[in-house]
Amino acid sequence: MSELDWIGAALASARPQVMGALLRYFRDLDHAEEAFQEASLRALKTWPAKGPPRDPAAWLIFVGRNAALDRVRRDRRLQELPPEDQLSDIEDAEADMAERLDNSHYRDDVLRLMFVCCQPELPATQQIALALRIVSGLTVKEIARAFLVGDAAMEQRITRAKRRIANAGIEYAVPDAVERAERLGAVAAMIYLVFNEGYSASGGEAHIRRPLCEEAIRLGRLLLGLFPSEPEIMGLLALLLIQDSRAAARLDGHGNVILLDDQDRNLWDRNKIAEGLVLVAKAIRHRNAGPYQLQAAIAAAHARAARPENTDWEQIDSLYQMLEKLDPSPVVTLNRAVAVSKARGPDAALAMIEPLAPKLQGYFHYLGVTGALLTQLGRAEEARIAFDRAIALARTPAEAAHIRMHLDRLAAQSSACDASARRSEPVVGKHKA
Amino acid sequence: MRYALLCYNSEAMVSHLPKADEEAMMARVRAAETKISERARIGPSLRLMPTTAATTVKAGDDPLVIDGPYAETKEQLLGFWIIECESHEDAIEAGRLLAREREVGGIEVRPLLAYNAGDETP
Repeated sequence: MSELDWIGAALASARPQVMGALLRYFRDLDHAEEAFQEASLRALKTWPAKGPPRDPAAWLIFVGRNAALDRVRRDRRLQELPPEDQLSDIEDAEADMAERLDNSHYRDDVLRLMFVCCQPELPATQQIALALRIVSGLTVKEIARAFLVGDAAMEQRITRAKRRIANAGIEYAVPDAVERAERLGAVAAMIYLVFNEGYSASGGEAHIRRPLCEEAIRLGRLLLGLFPSEPEIMGLLALLLIQDSRAAARLDGHGNVILLDDQDRNLWDRNKIAEGLVLVAKAIRHRNAGPYQLQAAIAAAHARAARPENTDWEQIDSLYQMLEKLDPSPVVTLNRAVAVSKARGPDAALAMIEPLAPKLQGYFHYLGVTGALLTQLGRAEEARIAFDRAIALARTPAEAAHIRMHLDRLAAQSSACDASARRSEPVVGKHKA
Repeated sequence: MRYALLCYNSEAMVSHLPKADEEAMMARVRAAETKISERARIGPSLRLMPTTAATTVKAGDDPLVIDGPYAETKEQLLGFWIIECESHEDAIEAGRLLAREREVGGIEVRPLLAYNAGDETP
């Protein structure tokens, strides 16, 4: 018998479904959590002897519901009690329960559980913290660590978020197709937030926050497993996988971000890329492009290039063009300009982004790209002005160092064509922030 | 005789194993493979991508292409080994060596037939 933590894995993997079902029964997050907690404790007592049951989720839902029932009866606030006739001895009922669980509310339960975490009135950080606590089951301590705050502060944040949810009036009826689509969209956005919270980290924090990326991918897989034919969810998961495939290559020894062109592509995770590419291919079959699919396709185009010079910039340009139409934003146009500069030269790119100046004056990447394009065109003085303004807006030492490198090159009066537009890592997703 | 050793387990559960546990499990699988290779020849052995990467084509005049695995099951086929060995007992023993390394799920030992008429009898 192995000493691997199968029971922990069984509890963690069953959690979203169990919590989703318990939330539907109790219509209260705290009650659902308590019931899950009690069921888990009983599982830890009984499972080690014979291993997890065949259907851990059904077992936990049944036991959790049963164990919490007495308390719930005493609680006047809750009107809707689970029907008595469904309760009997666990052993007898388990198979029957499992049967019913499979076919009934499973999908919408988990979707609802995820959806309650992304109420629009909750700020992004609270949505993320709540999802990690409620859906993923991370401890407050683990979440606090990932957010680099104290345990007490995180506890407070989560409690506050739960209180807001309790007053938000969650819909418990089975959602219709339109509601379901809305929920899916909100949940997808929340999952992407979780990912970016981990992915945008650099320096010493990066490895501490990496679990957020892994958790987001897990949530993406969970969601796609529930809704296997949603192309945007395929796109979302593909995007996360392909971005995450670069984790080992995107920071140097000091934790500074390495741009896409300069990364050691041998360090990219080939399995994650392969899975991402399959999901992009699956999504394309649906012929219903969406922002996640397009961003994933752009990430895929980079992933396919064994060397930076093999990158299909024409394709990336046209994908950004589609993204511009679907989800117009100056940041998308800025990203497209980088592709255009590679495919058609700096003139075309500069013409494209000059009109964005009023909107993006105070945006670091805008000034960085502008400076790089001006450098390529031999307009050194204007380039220096753009870089000077960019460096003042840098938020991380890595960003500042990158601009300083450009300035040093200008100062050295190296030939203009040598300094190509280095900034080629797409600022994917940031336009949503 | 040729056999497929099919590894079934809950995909979600396996994905929740701590990284250190997963690495420990893979190391033990490698050790089991070494042991198996004493009595059998190991052919292709592959891990499958998660079921979310799967597409199913349903039979029919105009086959329907559906996203997801063929069947929704509690445990999923996660990977397989093809082995060639002398006896049925050897194949079962190979399955035992692999199954010992896990508490949940199981290994299905499935004898193979020749697929094409010209093929050598398995």
